[in-house]
Amino acid sequence: MAKENNCSFAGSEYILEVEHLRKCFPLKKTLTGKVTSELVAVDDVSFRLKAGETLGIVGESGCGKTTLGRTILKLHEANGGRIIFDGRDITSLKSSEMRELRRQMQIIFQDPYSSLPPRSTVGGILSEPVSVHKIVPKEQIKDYVLTLMDKCGLRDYYYERYPHEFSGGQRQRICIARALSVNPKLVVCDEPVSALDVSIQAQIINLLKKLQEEMNLTYLFISHDLSVVKFISDKIGVMYLGNIVEYGDKKDIFARPLHPYTKALFSAIPYPDPAVKMNRMVLKGDIPSPANPPKGCRFHTRCPYAKPICAEVTPEYKEHETGHFAACHLLEE
Amino acid sequence: MKKETSISKASATKGYLTGKEIRAIAKANKREINRLEKYKNRRAKLSEFTSEMKNDGNILEIEDLHTYFFTEQGVVKAVNGVSFDVPKNATVGIVGESGCGKSVTSMSVMRLIQGPQGQIYSGSIRFSGAGDNEVYDIAKMPVHEIHRIRGKQIAMIFQEPMTSLNPVFTIGQQLDEVSFIHFPDVTEDDARAKSMEMLNLVGIAMPERVYKAFPHELSGGMRQRVMIAMALVGNPRLIIADEPTTALDVTIQAQILDLLRELKDKIDGSILLITHDLGIIAEMADYVVVMYAGRVIEKGTVEEIFHNPMHPYTIGLQRSKPTLDSDSDTLFNIPGNVPNPINMPDHCYFKERCDRCTAKCSGDYPDMIQVSPTHFVACHLWGKEEQNG
Amino acid sequence: MEELNKKNIPNGTEDTEAPLDKNIRLMSPTRMVVRRFFRSKLSILGLIMVIGLFLFSFVGPLVYTEWGETELDRSGTVEYAFAETTYTVNGTEYTVRQTIETNLTDNFLAPPSEEHILGTDDQGYDIFVRLMYGGRISLTVSFLAVFVITVFGTVLGGIAGYFGGVIDNVIMRVCDVLICLPGIPILLIISTILTASDIDAKYRIYLLMIYLTLFSWPGTARLVRGQILSLREQEYMVAAEAMGYSTSRKIFKHLVPNVMPQLIVQMSLSLGSMILYEATLSYLGLGVQAPYAAWGTMINIISTNNDILQNHLNVWVPAGVCIVIAVLGLNFVGDGLRDALDPKARR
Repeated sequence: MAKENNCSFAGSEYILEVEHLRKCFPLKKTLTGKVTSELVAVDDVSFRLKAGETLGIVGESGCGKTTLGRTILKLHEANGGRIIFDGRDITSLKSSEMRELRRQMQIIFQDPYSSLPPRSTVGGILSEPVSVHKIVPKEQIKDYVLTLMDKCGLRDYYYERYPHEFSGGQRQRICIARALSVNPKLVVCDEPVSALDVSIQAQIINLLKKLQEEMNLTYLFISHDLSVVKFISDKIGVMYLGNIVEYGDKKDIFARPLHPYTKALFSAIPYPDPAVKMNRMVLKGDIPSPANPPKGCRFHTRCPYAKPICAEVTPEYKEHETGHFAACHLLEE
Repeated sequence: MKKETSISKASATKGYLTGKEIRAIAKANKREINRLEKYKNRRAKLSEFTSEMKNDGNILEIEDLHTYFFTEQGVVKAVNGVSFDVPKNATVGIVGESGCGKSVTSMSVMRLIQGPQGQIYSGSIRFSGAGDNEVYDIAKMPVHEIHRIRGKQIAMIFQEPMTSLNPVFTIGQQLDEVSFIHFPDVTEDDARAKSMEMLNLVGIAMPERVYKAFPHELSGGMRQRVMIAMALVGNPRLIIADEPTTALDVTIQAQILDLLRELKDKIDGSILLITHDLGIIAEMADYVVVMYAGRVIEKGTVEEIFHNPMHPYTIGLQRSKPTLDSDSDTLFNIPGNVPNPINMPDHCYFKERCDRCTAKCSGDYPDMIQVSPTHFVACHLWGKEEQNG
Repeated sequence: MEELNKKNIPNGTEDTEAPLDKNIRLMSPTRMVVRRFFRSKLSILGLIMVIGLFLFSFVGPLVYTEWGETELDRSGTVEYAFAETTYTVNGTEYTVRQTIETNLTDNFLAPPSEEHILGTDDQGYDIFVRLMYGGRISLTVSFLAVFVITVFGTVLGGIAGYFGGVIDNVIMRVCDVLICLPGIPILLIISTILTASDIDAKYRIYLLMIYLTLFSWPGTARLVRGQILSLREQEYMVAAEAMGYSTSRKIFKHLVPNVMPQLIVQMSLSLGSMILYEATLSYLGLGVQAPYAAWGTMINIISTNNDILQNHLNVWVPAGVCIVIAVLGLNFVGDGLRDALDPKARR
């Protein structure tokens, strides 16, 4: 069904369109390889992202936000739905065809310690992708890498150093430089600041914002920290158990959160001022296992406003205000 | 001590240690470790490790605590002269970035520092919560006497609920065991009843089921509740919570924080809360201790620290955290990072990162200055001259 | 430095963390390992032992050329025998006493002397020289075996670990089967077959070692597979995938160098066990056979000759000492390498 639509997206203003994306991991297999039970990590996720914008994906652990990021990059094979990148349907591209496209979409990881190969120098790490993808002629590689390092706030004599000499923040800068070395259009930032101290977090976030302006990057920013996401994003998507439960402009979501889960997330964040005593909405119970999600609305087991219908029918994900989507039965009235 | 500092200075200019320096460090370390280990394992009379509280309103007084790690590269002064008090029925929060010594401080109170490299070098930790009206100096207690207080009057909750429970025993077995250890003449039924009571206390809905469950069957939040229940079995007067919610999701974190707050009143004790999250501190703590590079740089009540922060580091820490209602375009950040723990400078450790440096900052490390009855700060900006003028 | 500081003014996005010192370079990971290795006295001792044995076996025969490996000392010792013959001639008894001087061609079981540093064995070969030649065979054979095992194990384990699925299953099941087979009994059978099929004694040991390698690669393959499985989950491998590198690049430039440390440790430790294996085989009479020397063969003699076991220690003890030195030295080196490579000890 994708074929005829393929061209119509070319030249559209959206750099990334995700339609009804689904990703499952097999849990049990029979001897013949038939999957008998599976974990639906990402279920029916759709959104569009304009070039130069940042979409923040927020959610708790196990909500599928990391899987979403990796599936979009085709590091996991999607089990359903479509991913349209820059007007091109990449859902069913073979890995050899993907290789060329890889340079346009990059990823930054959470753990700056395990995401750099320990036995190469910074220069080696940064010039490898440049030479593989032939971004610049061979003689210019070093200059190119040095310029890039300067952009990311790395000093030029770091070129011959090894990753283990650096602190977490500096390593994360190297990761950013590596991702940007191939001039990508889309960068998936998978919790890039969660492992860092507060003061270093601020440096990295500011760097990401600066680079976005300079290189016209599009970010898919995944984090569990709402305050960080708020700071960097234009659009925000809130995920719960594989679904996007609410999606919209940052301003709309923060001013008028529609979904009860979003509200609970907001009120759960401790506020750094002892004078403010918040009337907190504390959710009862634990996040259900994604291997066995509840029927109906997945949030109904913890929702303080749950109605009988919530346990039966999955609420429709639809636009309630312009550009502000949510999936909740309470909004139907 | 002097010898070692000269060695590490020499190595700082050369980049790495030579074999000679390594041997010198190893020799000095061995001497110190042997001395301290001997001290730890000595047989001592009760009077040798009992003491007097300075203020009867306190349950814990830490005074000039030094905890060092004797590493191959030199002595790491992880805790370098820390003093603060925990009043009865209060929550004291220690806040700081990673590597500031906040966890080592709490481990010192529990005497859980990993020997032989890690040793409490000097200082005193006075604890008055033991049931027998004695005031023990935990830092001077010999190893075989620790059982008097550890796990009983002082209990600890760790950061990682996934790894702090033994996977091969049921929750019930692990909870009962705590009773058996601390109350030798308890019967099995009593222990079980106590465990159930504790599981109820921490808000576990189906205690019977959890009692029989294995750790892997529980979620992270549940495990942290079990850890708290375990800490409560010994009827502690002081709970040390070391980053109790860092590994948990925000919605679960809110539940656990609520639970801790309720428990403090129920058990009529104090909480020493260690975290890097200023939000949690603001919400939970009555008193705040801000640590930086092994030292306390500011301490006071929570209102004083949040509404009238005085040390540039405290101010920077508060400004660099993005909040939900801030609308600025770039985040404030504190430049630089924590100095190398082996070659600590003689002047204020924050000098290189401080945006309000004065000439005085190159001098000695600043003393603690009392600003109000409860508010102390270690910074030259608030020295005598300023106060008078 | 001043310039650097100027550059350092925080404008919000600069790297404002304390910069690394321009003049101080930390060592590369490899150099760090080497340094840590040489920090331990035991591993230096091990290295000296191993290098010493190598020099002894490979350079020794070139320097000490008095005797060859299969050169008999024909200087001989003289053996005197007395014979008495009694004749009766005409009722009178005549006794003739003879001294028979036998010139034995071989100078066997000579005690240590200037001529033979460690004496000679029961055939008249110089023990010291044979020790050197025996070392050549023992060391060469075990090195070859370990090399082949490592290559085999790495390739098969790497394929299993990287591609997974059916290939992984097949290779690992083959490993399981091979590990189940009892080694020594099968070796005995094979050796009998080899004897029957009339193969030159010099090459027999190589054939046996080939067989040994066929049985020993599963250990290495499992190690490599495990390593690769864990490395594949490392985020830098995901990053390499996201960069769109080719499969061969990912395997050879990113995976293999990171498996090397464990492999090197495994190699040095299994070298020791291979030397022992070789010695065992030779001792059982399955390995190198006379007139060629190997350490195991040289000890073999005590199994048949009680006199030598008791009275001629110089014949068999030196070979035993050599084996102990080799195995101990290689184990020290292996342990030292493991400690040096242990990521937990990283500074």
